Amino acid sequence: MNAALRSARAELSKIFTTRAWWVLAVILAGYVALLSGGLVIVVFGVAGTDAAQGGMFAPLAYSMTTAVGYVMPLLLGALVVTTEHRHGTLTPTFLATPSRGAVLAGKFGAGLVVAALLGVIGLAAAVAAGAIPLAAFGADTLLGDGDTWLMFGRILLAMALWGAIGVAFGVLLPSQVGAIIVVLAFTQFVEPVLRTAGAFVEGLDQVVRFLPGAASDSLVGTSVFTAFTAQGAEALPWWAAALVLAGYAAVFAAIGAATTWRRDVT
Amino acid sequence: MPQGVPIEFDGLTKRFGAVEAVSRLTFAVQPGRVTGFLGPNGAGKTTSLRMLLGLVRPTEGTARIGGRRYRELDRPFETIGVALESTAFHPGRTARDHLRVQARAAGVAPARADAVLDRVGLHEYGGRKVGGYSMGMRQRLGLAQALLGEPGVVVFDEPINGLDPEGIRWIRGFLRDLAAEGRTVLISSHVLSEVQQSVDEVVVIAKGRLVHTGPLSSIGSGEAAVVVDAPDRGALAAALHAAGIAATPFDDGLRVTDADSARVGAVAQAAGVALSALVPARTQSLEEGFLELVGEGGSL
Repeated sequence: MNAALRSARAELSKIFTTRAWWVLAVILAGYVALLSGGLVIVVFGVAGTDAAQGGMFAPLAYSMTTAVGYVMPLLLGALVVTTEHRHGTLTPTFLATPSRGAVLAGKFGAGLVVAALLGVIGLAAAVAAGAIPLAAFGADTLLGDGDTWLMFGRILLAMALWGAIGVAFGVLLPSQVGAIIVVLAFTQFVEPVLRTAGAFVEGLDQVVRFLPGAASDSLVGTSVFTAFTAQGAEALPWWAAALVLAGYAAVFAAIGAATTWRRDVT
Repeated sequence: MPQGVPIEFDGLTKRFGAVEAVSRLTFAVQPGRVTGFLGPNGAGKTTSLRMLLGLVRPTEGTARIGGRRYRELDRPFETIGVALESTAFHPGRTARDHLRVQARAAGVAPARADAVLDRVGLHEYGGRKVGGYSMGMRQRLGLAQALLGEPGVVVFDEPINGLDPEGIRWIRGFLRDLAAEGRTVLISSHVLSEVQQSVDEVVVIAKGRLVHTGPLSSIGSGEAAVVVDAPDRGALAAALHAAGIAATPFDDGLRVTDADSARVGAVAQAAGVALSALVPARTQSLEEGFLELVGEGGSL
């Protein structure tokens, strides 16, 4: 087994032998379940929407996994790198794997896998919390529909890519506190404001669709954000959106690898 | 049995801006012996070791283990085991898990974790999170990690620092055993007295430069001397002077370098001076020799 594969296995062990991953998984599951179930209950229970419209709301409920949950794999990916700086553990890591490129590859591998796992957990929570009330209101859950399952696949891909962006961002900004603050500020405030502005300002919509959150929604195909705001520019095709997300990871990683990752470890 | 190979520093230099932290360091460390890498705090020991281990990039020069640079080692733990500072563990991970993670990364069987915990006496604490470890336990965990791949070379940075007397006694035996097994053992310290019972060879650096290398006995030996004292020190001095023996006041007594203890005793008896001390000594102790090598500012 080569150094990068050994590193990936070691990085997976690192994640699963500390508790950050399951804390994030629990928050993710609770958060998306609340919003998925809440959406269905508000739409059909409170607003009394006709159950025949279930087909429109089921994907919105399930896609809460990415629409609001993407910040969890993003944080997890960033922690994979920043935790090492915080606890000074890059020293033992680089002692065990002297090739820094192999360590970086291992961290990306592990980040993708665990982010996809978070995707499975989040999706299971969103589907369970959405489908049960949908069925109770007599609306179609769309779980027998092949398109729904294709969307699930795109949701898992999006979650995995968010994990990779997180790893790359952690390399770019190794300070744990700094990375968490920037991630939360950008995803919860900066991008939502820009996307809202994009819906009203002429021309801005062409740019806004390349923002990572917007690209993620385009990849999945539906989102509670795009459903309730005016659509300007045409959304990116799903594959192009996936490439945009991968591009963020690649650019962050390239800059980080040429700067912080090369530094002396003292 | 792991095969020890030499460690070779060749013109190793590190500059941080205008500051030269390590200057053209050249020396070799041989297998089967314990070598002390000594110098005051800030002398450049840790930077030198981090360059040896590929963690810090040298400005010039190389450091090799058995002819290869650390970064060229695919499974480094099978060649060289390292214990640097005692704090580089994730506090929320158990000791056994930490060792398994390291073993996986380095291509060592994870089952080795239990064997090395046993070797350093931590077996029953392997399931405890490292955050709950004492300083001494962390030191031992670091040593355990160094032994994961059964390497022929071990490098320990300040392994005795912060240990209690029982821990110090234990590590002295541990280091002896490792060298007796044929390994190359390099330990750093800023306190000579801490390691003088453990090391065979010494490499002394000060201000980033090599100032001495050789067997431990090559430090502070000076000339053979006799320290002699009497309740009536004045009478003793007069007797020695009359016999043509030069004596200089020294701590509690007089130091004589041009006569042996038998002659000093005979002179004192002939003069009727009762002695209270008559001991062979050296003009310079290990500590004095070390301080002289590292110059002013040497911290002991």
